[in-house]
Amino acid sequence: MAISLKLPEFLVVRDKERCIECQVCVNQCANEAHIWDQDLEQVVSNDVACVNCHRCVVYCPTRALRIEEWKQDFKKNANWDGISIKQTYLQAESGGTLLIGMGNDKAYPIYWDHLLLNASQVTNPSIDPLREPIELRTYLGRKPDLLKNPSAFREELPPQLQLEVPVMFSAMSFGSVSLNTHRSLAAAASELGIYWNAGEGGLHEDLFSYSPKTIVQVASGRFGINASMLKRAGGIEIKIGQGAKPGIGGHLPGEKVEEDVSRTRRIPYGSDAISPAPHHDIYSIEDLRQLIYSLKEATAYERVVGVKVAAVHNIAAIASGIARAGADIIVLDGFRGGTGAAPLRIRDNVGLPAEFALAAVDQRLREEGIRNEVSLVIAGGIRNSADIIKAIALGADAIYIGTAALIALGCHMCQKCYTGKCNWGIATQQPDLVRRVNPKIGRERLVNLVRSWEHEMKEMLGGMGINAIESLRGNRLMLRGVGLNAKELEILGIKAAGE
Amino acid sequence: MLREGKIRIPSGCAVSGIINRKGQVFSGIDIVDSIANMRERSNGLGGGFAAYGIYPEYRDCYAMHIFYDDIKAKEDTDYYINRNFEVNLSERIPVRKVKVIENQPIIWRYFLSPIPRRIEDVGGDEDEFMAQFVMQINAMIEGAFVASSGKNMGAFKGVGYPEDIGEFYRLDEYKAYLWTAHGRFPTNTPGWWGGAHPFTLLDWSVVHNGEISSYDTNRRFVEMYDYKCTLQTDTEVIIYLFDLLLRKIGLSLEEAVSVVAAPFWEDLDDLGPLKSRQLRNLRILYASALLNGPFSIILASGNGLMALNDRIKLRPLVAAEKDECLYVASEEAAIRAVAKDLDRVWAPRGGEAVVGLLEGKSDLLSASSSGRKIAGKCSGS
Repeated sequence: MAISLKLPEFLVVRDKERCIECQVCVNQCANEAHIWDQDLEQVVSNDVACVNCHRCVVYCPTRALRIEEWKQDFKKNANWDGISIKQTYLQAESGGTLLIGMGNDKAYPIYWDHLLLNASQVTNPSIDPLREPIELRTYLGRKPDLLKNPSAFREELPPQLQLEVPVMFSAMSFGSVSLNTHRSLAAAASELGIYWNAGEGGLHEDLFSYSPKTIVQVASGRFGINASMLKRAGGIEIKIGQGAKPGIGGHLPGEKVEEDVSRTRRIPYGSDAISPAPHHDIYSIEDLRQLIYSLKEATAYERVVGVKVAAVHNIAAIASGIARAGADIIVLDGFRGGTGAAPLRIRDNVGLPAEFALAAVDQRLREEGIRNEVSLVIAGGIRNSADIIKAIALGADAIYIGTAALIALGCHMCQKCYTGKCNWGIATQQPDLVRRVNPKIGRERLVNLVRSWEHEMKEMLGGMGINAIESLRGNRLMLRGVGLNAKELEILGIKAAGE
Repeated sequence: MLREGKIRIPSGCAVSGIINRKGQVFSGIDIVDSIANMRERSNGLGGGFAAYGIYPEYRDCYAMHIFYDDIKAKEDTDYYINRNFEVNLSERIPVRKVKVIENQPIIWRYFLSPIPRRIEDVGGDEDEFMAQFVMQINAMIEGAFVASSGKNMGAFKGVGYPEDIGEFYRLDEYKAYLWTAHGRFPTNTPGWWGGAHPFTLLDWSVVHNGEISSYDTNRRFVEMYDYKCTLQTDTEVIIYLFDLLLRKIGLSLEEAVSVVAAPFWEDLDDLGPLKSRQLRNLRILYASALLNGPFSIILASGNGLMALNDRIKLRPLVAAEKDECLYVASEEAAIRAVAKDLDRVWAPRGGEAVVGLLEGKSDLLSASSSGRKIAGKCSGS
């Protein structure tokens, strides 16, 4: 066999003066980047196996470890950079599609970082959240047409999801992530008074007590879904697409379908779980309407039914169709959204920034006079509380976080989720690895993250002289753009800084 | 420098309002004295008044007060007026020469009866026809601005201190049963007459002190219901919101107040399950109509007035009663300047509306204000 042209991505730097040969790194690394050499009686590195997940770095008791990029220059070439060359070698050797985990990591513009927020000075007092209440509570769900149903407020409203903070944990299925990850998300959401999304793949029976705060997903594979699961859930989401891989289905390999996953997904042990690219009962918008109403019928119109789509070029018209098809919530997943596994070329090249999709959809729904009737949630690339505030000012009702929640649980963004060997116990079903997420600590870390954002959001709102989050929603005058061209400003519907 | 409407201009202000709830009319002297007492709260860059019951002889006509920058704007507007209305009277609004008032536009008033066929053309709703007509003039015709268009009422406003504006418009010669007034302190202004308060639509008028931090949320909400925000001012969006809630949707005044100054979520639970559910639902459904940020406003119609603070009372507002008269103002001194020996003086809480309706009226919403003939004086002084 010819020699492999693959080079290591990372170099394991081991400080021999500090290393005490305790082998913690050997035990912690599921990728076998650290090996105990019995003859030498010392730990040696297998650099090519390293994914730079920092598990060993964090756990090394003597701080003897550091991971560096493997520095190997190619001859300078602005077109054929090292990454392009290495990917070509890889495909020439394997004949396969390049796979990757997590969201798009390319240097596309991050529009959040080109938006600046307003604050009150003199003409309007800022409000101190330590002295005055500032309200973040948000209700997601269908609202009746105000002109046609002027007395709707006297009756029971259609079902609504009540969020104490306009943040939810995005869909991540049991299978793609571990049960302990699900336990942490579910418990944190319940404690925070928000919702978490169990993704396609159902809800493990151990988590049924959290089901009132759980959104279950009806995706193209319909895994884990039946009438009792729909009724048990707090909300339902039809997943049409995902920002990380618009137009692409999913594939959970049979080796990950162990007993719990098989029972929860309601598929045979060890069989591949294939989610088709489209729903094969939805080839058009009227078909979506039928599925929405089938789910509403199945739950006696007592559950919110949302529809999640990837942000693609014609998103404004698509979203308008979804609203008219009867969805209670539209979820727009931007092209930075994360994933457990996606074809690299799809992840890096398909879709739209969530910021643009949100601005375009919010504006279109207003032009059609139906924005008030449907809730708008965005996902895909939200990193912190400022991103959330900007999203709401652009027009979102609430946001989903996926990657940020996983980072709170210890994810180090190595993008190797698809290997099933997540050293942090998140994207894996390997029992010894799954145990690395302690659900109690996981819950606490997630609660801490959202609570800290809550404080920050209140500070920013108070600074703008706003004491209820709904007064920020779509309040684009609170935003100014920096470093954006006239067309970008127009699409975002905002003024330039200084205007 | 950009004119109001092209740019958003924050301002501080003084407001005052007086209503004789028996409908007896009284001259503009009191309201001018009241607002003049708060001269420090304005800076000479805007003052104005709304008066109800002033045109009893034309009570069934729409009284349209229009500012024109030039004769071209008037000719363009006249063309549309003549196509849509029978013109009962068209004249310059009589003014007095006041030294400090300058750069006044051409100030015209018309008493108009809509041509029935034109109303039929747009669906037969006369109020909606009028509202759309006025918004179109303001949006479409360069140099024309409708200051007011209700029946038996009018807005008198301009660039100057309010007492000078009152003198200019000869308000001592008008008699109304309800007056509101405004003194403006804009942080910058091109000195445009249309930008002064009150702002009006149909027979609604609003004077406002504050800055609405939810402005763009509110604007984008009302624009879904065919309102055109041409001025970028808080007053404009406030009046459209109330028109939407009260006239188009048909909420009661109490319900509309609980929308624009919604109770805090945590306070809802103490109100009993039915009341609590309705208020919670109102807040959920009308989330984008919550007025956030500091304000005190006086909303008036032919039926009466309503004064309201934001829900955490970030702007001053005082109310007082004396016999059949109700007074509201930014400061107590402005009330005491024109009414001694008050029966009751109080500071309304944040979000708590002070409502003064004419006898026999149960709501602010009026199809058209009716003329009042009984002469009377509304002053304790």
